[in-house]
Formats: sequence, C-alpha cells, structure tokens
Amino acid sequence: MKIGAPKEIFDGEARVALTPESALQLQKLGHVCVVEAGAGAKAGFSDAAYTAAGVEVLADEKAVFEAADVVVKVRGPEPAEADMLRKGQTLISFFWPAQNPDLLEQVKARGATVVAMDMVPRISRAQKMDALSSMANIAGYRAVIEAGNNFGRFFTGQVTAAGKVPPAKVLVIGAGVAGLAAIGTATSLGAITYAFDVRPEVAEQIESMGANFVYLDFEATQDGAATGGYAAPSSPEFREKQLAKFRELAPEMDIVITTALIPGRPAPKLWLADMVAAMKPGSVVIDLAAERGGNCDLTVPDQKIVSDNGVTVVGYTDFPSRMAAQASTLYSNNIRHMLADLTPKKDGVIFHNMEDDVIRGATVAHDGAITFPPPPPKVAAIAAAKPKEKVKELTPVEKRALEVATFRKQTVTQVTLLGVGGLLLALVGYAAPASFMSHFIVFALACFVGFQVIWNVSHSLHTPLMSVTNAISGIVVLGALLQIGSGGFVVSVLAMAAILIATINIVGGFLVTRRMLAMFQKS
Amino acid sequence: MSIGIVGAAYVAAAILFILSLGGLSGQESAKRAVWYGIVGMAFAVGATLLGPDAGKLWAVLPMLAVGAYAGQYVAGKVQMTEMPQLVAALHSFVGMAAVLIGFNAHLQLGAVQGMDEAARASLNGFAAVLAHKTGVEVAILKVEVFLGVFIGAVTFTGSVVAFGKLAGKVDGKATKLPGGHILNAVAALFSVAMLVSYLNDGGISALILMTLAAFFIGYHLIMGIGGADMPVVVSMLNSYSGWAAAAIGFTLGNDLLIVTGALVGSSGAILSYIMCKAMNRSFISVILGGFGNPTGPAMEISGEMIAIDAEGVAAALNEADSVIIIPGYGMAVAQAQQSVSELTRKLRAAGKTVRFAIHPVAGRLPGHMNVLLAEARVPYDIVMEMDEINEDFPSTDVAIVIGSNDIVNPAAQEDPNSPIAGMPVLECWKAKQVFVSKRGQGTGYSGIENPLFYKENTRMFYGDAKKSLDALLPMID
Repeated sequence: MKIGAPKEIFDGEARVALTPESALQLQKLGHVCVVEAGAGAKAGFSDAAYTAAGVEVLADEKAVFEAADVVVKVRGPEPAEADMLRKGQTLISFFWPAQNPDLLEQVKARGATVVAMDMVPRISRAQKMDALSSMANIAGYRAVIEAGNNFGRFFTGQVTAAGKVPPAKVLVIGAGVAGLAAIGTATSLGAITYAFDVRPEVAEQIESMGANFVYLDFEATQDGAATGGYAAPSSPEFREKQLAKFRELAPEMDIVITTALIPGRPAPKLWLADMVAAMKPGSVVIDLAAERGGNCDLTVPDQKIVSDNGVTVVGYTDFPSRMAAQASTLYSNNIRHMLADLTPKKDGVIFHNMEDDVIRGATVAHDGAITFPPPPPKVAAIAAAKPKEKVKELTPVEKRALEVATFRKQTVTQVTLLGVGGLLLALVGYAAPASFMSHFIVFALACFVGFQVIWNVSHSLHTPLMSVTNAISGIVVLGALLQIGSGGFVVSVLAMAAILIATINIVGGFLVTRRMLAMFQKS
Repeated sequence: MSIGIVGAAYVAAAILFILSLGGLSGQESAKRAVWYGIVGMAFAVGATLLGPDAGKLWAVLPMLAVGAYAGQYVAGKVQMTEMPQLVAALHSFVGMAAVLIGFNAHLQLGAVQGMDEAARASLNGFAAVLAHKTGVEVAILKVEVFLGVFIGAVTFTGSVVAFGKLAGKVDGKATKLPGGHILNAVAALFSVAMLVSYLNDGGISALILMTLAAFFIGYHLIMGIGGADMPVVVSMLNSYSGWAAAAIGFTLGNDLLIVTGALVGSSGAILSYIMCKAMNRSFISVILGGFGNPTGPAMEISGEMIAIDAEGVAAALNEADSVIIIPGYGMAVAQAQQSVSELTRKLRAAGKTVRFAIHPVAGRLPGHMNVLLAEARVPYDIVMEMDEINEDFPSTDVAIVIGSNDIVNPAAQEDPNSPIAGMPVLECWKAKQVFVSKRGQGTGYSGIENPLFYKENTRMFYGDAKKSLDALLPMID
C-alpha cells in the first residue's frame, strides 16, 4: 500500500506525519511511502532526506491524495482536504470527531475510512500509538521552556559571589501527561515544584517526579479510574476549596503552568483574575488549555499578554508544533505503530480489523458509515483506586496505653503457659516414678535450650540446619548399640539394621552439611 | 571404660551438639559448628562402643563401616537441587531406626520378664536396665516404646512419600483416598485402642497393628499435601524424627538421646512455625492440606500481560543501577542458578548493585535458595531475607522474578478476599520495572491469578529460565 503525507495546510502548523526515519520502518512493513514536496521543511526534514530514505516526493497535495491509499496527517483535514478523499482510502490523523460532526459527515459521504489518533483507547497495548500523550509530553516540556524564556530569573537557587539567588517556585495544575512532563522539566532545572490534581491517586506519581503534592483535605475526592484516567468535573464545594488553596499559593509562585482539561468540555477556570493579580510582577502563567478556552481568566488563545501587574500570561496553542522536529519524530512513530497494527502480516496489505479494541476505538468512519462513538473497550484502562485506609495517628498517651496493654497481654500469656506447663509437670511427677522424672527434667530442659538456640539460626542456613539435625538425630544409633550386646538373635539382626541406616544418616548428614557450608562464600 | 567416663563423654557430646546448632547463626561460625557436631557424635559413638554395655563388635563394626561408606557416597554425589529429597530420605532412616529399636526394646522386655532371678542378675547392658524396672516403670516403658514406634513409623512413611514427591517419583499434587482425614482419624483412634490393648496384655500383635496404622497415617497425611507446602512438611518430619529419638531415649533411659532428640524436635518445630508464618497459614491448615476458602469474589484483574524479549531486558539491565533478583522453585527446576550467578557477576562487574531477595518459603526446603545460590558462587552477603530487603524495592530500578509466583503476588496485600490475603510477600512491583521469567501464563501453586503479571511496570519474559538467561547474558555489557 502507498502511504502518503501531504504538507499541513493549517496556519502555523510545522509538524509532519511522516519522517524519513518512520518511512524506513514503514517500508519494512511492505508499504511504499510518498510525501508532498516541502512537507517536512518546517520540521527540519528536507526533500532530499526523504528521497534518500526511499520516499517518492510528489509535487503537490493533489498528487499525494491521488497516489496514496493511506493518507497520514497531523491536523484533522480541512474541508478542502476532506473533499479529496475517495472511497476506500484511509486517513490517519487527529480528528476530534465529537467536536467536528460536520467534518465526520463529509468524510462519511466520501466513503473514506478515518482513523482518529485522538481516539486511540488508553490501554497498555495502545500506549505506543497514543499520540495525545506524546504530544502532551512535548507540550509539558515546552511549557517550562517557554516559561523560562519569559521569566527573568534562574530556576535553580544559587549562591554566587555576587549574592544569593532563591530558586523559582513552580506550580503545575493538573498532573496528566503534560503536567508530569512539566514537573519533570521544572525539577530538573532546579525549581521548587508544586503540583495539584483532583485525582488523589496521582499523588504518588507527582512525588516520584520530585514535586510536592498540594494536598487538599476534602472528603469524596474523585476517582479518575471511572473516566478512563481523565479528570471529571468537580462539585462546587470542591471547586471552592480548590480555589481557596490556589489563592493561598498565588503570591508565592513564580511560574504557574495549568494543564487542566476535562474531556468533551471547555477547560475549567482555575487560575482566576484575582490570583494573577496576587502574583509578583515578572511571574509567568503558561496556559496549556488555551485551545479549549484556557484555565486562566486572562488567557488569550495564541497570544502572550502581560497583565496590569506585570504577570506574563502565555496562551499559545501550538506548543508541540513549536518543537516540530521532536514532535514530528514522535508523532510519526505513533502513526507507524498504528500502521503496524493495521498491517498484521507485515506484507504491505492493510487489514482493518474492527474486532481489535484499539483499531475499533480509533476508527470513526469506515465503509461509508460513521463508527463513532465506539463501544466501550473490553479491558478497562486503569484499575479502580481503592479508598485509602486511614492510619490513625496515636497520641502519646494512647501509645503508652497500647504498650502497657501489649505488655500485660504478653505477661498473661507467658504466665498462663508457665502455669499450665508447671501443672502438667506436677501431674506427671505425681504419677511417674523418680527415675522417669529425672529423664523428664533433662527432656524439658533440652527442649528449652533447643528453642533458645534455634531462634538465632540465620534464615539462610536453614537447609544446613536441617541436614545437621538429620545427622545428629542419627544418635538413635546408640540405642541399637546398647541393645545388640544383650539381645538374642532377632534383636541383634534388627539392631544391626538400625545401626546401618543410622550410620548412613550420621555420616551423610554431617558430610553434606560440611559440603554446603563450604559453598557459602563472602564477596 | 567405666560407666562414669561414658557418662562424661555423653555430657560432652550433648554440649557439642548444642554448640553445633548454635553456631549456625552465621555463615562463618557455621563452618566451625559442623565440626563440633562431628566431634560430639564421635565421642558419643566411641564411648558407647568402648563402654561396658557394648557387645557383638564383630556385628557392629561392619555395619558402621558400610553405613559410613554409604553415607559419604551419598553426601558426595548429591546435587544441591536434590537436597530436599536427601533430607527427606535421611528423615525416613531415623524413623525406621526408631521403629526397629522400639521393637527390640519390646522383645528384650519380653525376654527379661521370662527369666528367673538368677538369670536376671547375670544380665548386662540394656537388658540389665530392664531387669531392674518395677511394675509402674514397666508400664511407662511400654508407653515410651509405643510412642517411639508410632512417631518413628509416621516419620518413616511420611518421609518416604515426601522423598517421592520431591524427587518427582510421586505426583506432587495433593491426593487423598476417599474419606480424607477421617481415615487418618480412624487410624489414630485405632492406634490408641492398640495402646490400651498393649498395656493390658503386652502382646507384640498390638504393637505390629499399631505400626501398620502409623505407617498408613504417615503415608496418607503427606500424600494429601501439595508440592509447595513441602518446606513445612519436611521441617515437620524433621521435628518428628527428633521426637522419635527422644522417645527412644526415654525407653532406653539414655539422657543423651533425650537431649539430642529434644534439640532436633524443637528445631524442626521452629522451622515449621517460621514456614507457616511466612505463608500466613496455620500449621493445622497446611497439614490438613488445601488453602483457606476465599471469603468473597476475587478482585478483578485489569490490564494485560505484556511480553518482552531478551533484548528489551538487556537494555533495561544495562541502564539500571540497582537490581534485585527474586529466585523461586522454578529456578531450581530449570537448573538456572549458574546462569543467574553469571548474570550477577556481569552486572556487578559493571558496577551495579545486585542483590537477591529470598522469601522464607521459596523452594521446597527452608533455606533451599540460599544453598543453590551459594553453590553457584553467589556471595552470601548479597543474598537478603525478605524483611531485610522489602523496603528497598521502591528505590530499585529492576526487579527480576525467576520462577517464583505466589511469593510475589500483590493480591496478598491488595485483595482482602484472596486465599493468600495477609501472607507476607516480596513487594517487587514497587520497583521501577519488573521482569518475570516464567515458562507460561499459568498460575502458581496456589492456583491464584497473580495481578503482578498485569501491572503496568511488569514485563513477561517467557521461556525456560536457563535458556532465557543464557540468551540474555551476551547482551549485558
């Protein structure tokens, strides 16, 4: 099959869906690749590089659409592009089917198959084609770089000869993929990073990236697992509590990066005008949700503005495109993985398996029908978070009481055991003759010594312990030795057998123990 | 040699035995401790042979020589992976010896009681001891004989079955005759009835019938216990062999036997306790077989098992700084310990921290993994116990699970309805990445699904452990 990548016609889009590198990989799957002249220019891939990778460079968009069986793109098709699709052709790109119903109708009418990269289900197997995550990762990184660009100070604290520099304080709101990438970048630059998310189960991830989780004490926080790992709208009370926390943090923060998005809704307003006003002059707000209306009141999509009190609010919507080379590499890899799944036999023939969860989920139009929304995937994305058990903090008094109680309990059990044991001994002593009692005392003492000694045996030496006890339990040989001298014929024969096997035990047990112990070497 | 000197030798032997067991608290002192045991045994046997009660040396010495030769042959030849079988076989010997000696005591008692006064006075050795017993003492002696034979017989057949299971000669699965533990209970009750009968008329038939019943109990009890519970079974049999020796000691009135038997018995009992604790199961439930029933529906496992090839594992290992390896019975089965050792050596040569995490019930014998690793020349100071290392998993880059399953099952902590809920497990899933070397997708001994395999940071490295590791080795630099 022919895979073709036209030039992106969306204004300012620098990415490209096919790189020379990914084309090589696609050719291994048995496909042939074509690209529109100049498609990779803005991302740093020249036509010559494509030609070198065995990709045919076609003069214009129309030629690509005509030649290709599968058209790969970054942005969803413009109506003009959609019109060029034909029956049986496949388009792989971002599509946002829920927001673009008209476009969906249009491709349906053309009879084309559309695989929407934004609809790839979030399951482990599909991670390699999760373009939203790979783009969000880039956006998160770029957000910190963009913030640094607009921030007049260091990220890291320094003590220089000229004076002390405090570290920058960064607050990341929303710990999705973008948020976590931002946290990682900010901490590695040396900033003190704080992060907030409505899903308490991500606290661990946040802390593992080196940030402090901004803890909100609120009952019934939401469980992100129910919504496929994305956040859901929160209750008004929760929102109030959350905003109060942000208000408290605002004066301290130098950089705020907001990444909060709720699927299928406008972005929630979380960084209000009064919070911007409370920030220090020179601070920066980066709003990664600008495309969906922004998390910050002051955000103007695609623009950088400066507030009255000198806070820069960046509302760019094209962060991944601003790192076109990196973004194209990752996105084209996502596309390549998708095509690999669509070419199960690696023979260059596309098999659109609508039984496959991932392919079914991502396909929004197929065979002249709209296949959106997909049925729920068979495997749930993320295990349900369990309510955390609360470990009650004990007061010193309670602790002391608990200690006393355990001590008492121990004493009671010990005394009971001793009492019962003593009583049993007394009973035995009452019934048994003195000769038995003297042996019994030896027995009881030996048990006691045995218990004391064995507890100290190292766990790693349990096997040698067993073999050495094996050997010394061969001491029963003494019994046979004592009997054989004074017994008759039958007794002698039985005793001889006993001596034989007990000796095997003794010698075998000791020697194998010695052999084992000799193996234990220190490094 | 007078009776006093023999007594002194026995005291020395008892002390040396205690020191020998006590010395096993550390690897270095253990090497000395085993010599204490050997010297103690030499004192005991030597003093008895030279003492006044010995006799028929022409019969005894060849037996000692043949036994010693057989023992040293077995000890030299046994593979370390076969240690569980060997230990079980040696237990069966002690059990059998106890049965034989018990029968002898009965026979001699009958012979002595049939003699007249003059003949009694001329007796020596064990028979002389018997001759001086009063009525109550004879009754006690009979109980002792009975107990010694009973425990010995249970130990014997139990150990033989355990040996068969561990050596793979008997199917490792738990199998019971129809009637299950009722049969055992009936046999035990029958034995008690025989005790009463034996005390009343003292006939050997009661003793023989009881022995047969005890043989049956030993056989049937151990047949009903599955392969992975063998650590408990073997240590239980170890304990029994000790109690059998102690019972024989009472019969013979020999304090050294009593002391040694008690030491061995308590040692086995403690080992059984530690093993049960490590499985969070009561001793009774292990012996009666089967896991506790789940208290509710098992937690649903979501996600999927993701396979990885040797290259992927090698890449992760080459990048890792700290690695923890968790070996299990599967490593012993695949004979992969040498490859594991080689992997360890290479990783350590590359400056990485490599450690081993050993669960108390890993393998088929307490401490089995430690011995296997020691044989493969893994230094013992990087082989850690569960409690020592469990906290270190979160700061570990790669955890490699080789042939273990239930001991790394997070369900024990996460799913209160799981049959193994509450069992202490190695928390390897807290490591950044987990590789599981496993032959197929099956469940472990307990038959419980292992959610570890479905975790996001887990990758399944399918294949025979030895082959997988050998494929991995050349890629480590």
